Amino acid sequence: MAKIHVNTTINGAPTEFLCDANQTLLDVLRDNLGLTGSKEGCGSGDCGACSVMVDGRLVCSCLVLAPEAAGAKIETIEGMADGDKLHPLQKKFVEMAALQCGICTPGFLIAAKALLEKHANPTEEEVRYWLAGNLCRCTGYDKIVTAVLDVAAEMRESAR
Amino acid sequence: MSEIQYQAAKTVKEAVKMMQAAKGKGYILAGGTDLLVQMKSGARNPGVIIDVKKIPEMVSVTEKKGAFTIGAATPAAVMGEHKKLRKAWPGVVEACNLIGSTQVQGRASAGGNLCNASPAADSVPALVAAGCIVNIAGPKGKRSVPVEKFNTGPGRTSLKPGEIVVSLTLPARPKKSSDAYLRLIPRTEMDIAVVGVGVSLTMKGDTVADARVGLGAVAPTVLLVDKAAKALVGSKLDDAALAAAANACSAACRPIDDKRGTIKYRTKIAGVLLKRAALIARDRINGIEHRGHRPV
Repeated sequence: MAKIHVNTTINGAPTEFLCDANQTLLDVLRDNLGLTGSKEGCGSGDCGACSVMVDGRLVCSCLVLAPEAAGAKIETIEGMADGDKLHPLQKKFVEMAALQCGICTPGFLIAAKALLEKHANPTEEEVRYWLAGNLCRCTGYDKIVTAVLDVAAEMRESAR
Repeated sequence: MSEIQYQAAKTVKEAVKMMQAAKGKGYILAGGTDLLVQMKSGARNPGVIIDVKKIPEMVSVTEKKGAFTIGAATPAAVMGEHKKLRKAWPGVVEACNLIGSTQVQGRASAGGNLCNASPAADSVPALVAAGCIVNIAGPKGKRSVPVEKFNTGPGRTSLKPGEIVVSLTLPARPKKSSDAYLRLIPRTEMDIAVVGVGVSLTMKGDTVADARVGLGAVAPTVLLVDKAAKALVGSKLDDAALAAAANACSAACRPIDDKRGTIKYRTKIAGVLLKRAALIARDRINGIEHRGHRPV
């Protein structure tokens, strides 16, 4: 069976890869392209550890087929920091210890960034609902939610 | 070695041809939030995966003379962002926006939810209440079917070989019309309905002029409950009318016992949700806002 040749854009860089028809985008990111920041938790769209952006839309990369990436713009956790300069969400997660084992963290960061791009001033309830598809078994969520709300406030302040 | 193929159709015609050529082994890929999970578990084994998201009419919402046509693969998030659709059919939109997480919302579609044919599908009771028409294309051309006649059992649809669902049409609304969808789950988010009820109302003054009721997760397919609608029509949604409609919903239930709910519980809750959904639909007609389940 011939492999499928896919041209896509990942974190702004034109990228090509070969994949099977039933390979997921997550598999290709991790196994073919070495972008191991996106994690596989459940593989069924329940945990959000594999969250990425596809054409500006937050999705689980375990529920996207790799050939679907053709012509799409994909953003992963690897594109979040600007070189050594962390994104404000990443900085805040470190400062506030909004992570413990770290497996869920890339997914939370991608999902939280998507929220703040859409809603600059979310309530705590809105943050919790938005992140309901991201599971964390360490933190109890409080530190994550507080970190996201803090960053939202800081970003609003610096935008003034 | 996998023999599976991926094909992206650019037109509905092309998608139908691909389905025909796949000889029963073709599966339509809309959002993939059910299909990919089923492929991983081995529950479904496609020979050809036919992606329909490159077909513009299958991923967009259009309005014509007050009727909305929703492409079958339109992500639920896109429906939620469509202000006019949300205003005309808040119940249908809230039902679609209840499916899964934010991530799932970015992919899952009403057409996929319908074709997956789960008796507990959230969008379907609201679509049944809305009087939705399913637009189908196949080797013999196009046809349309009322949504309540589309599914034939758990996981089964009335699609014939080579046919695909192209879009869903919600009819133009008379003035003073609205709808609501309520489901019961044991938690606030990310679960499958124990019971789901969709109600669509048209009022004349403070009297119900027209009603439709869709009932989910209590029978092998989602039910159109005519008797409940009849109990509401002509009433002012007084306690007696609501009780009669609730009883009609409970009487229509043929549920299963499972870990999510017992037969007795589901039967009772069907009536409870009917009453609440009818009152929310009336409030919306009267300009009283009810926040959808999902706040963002």
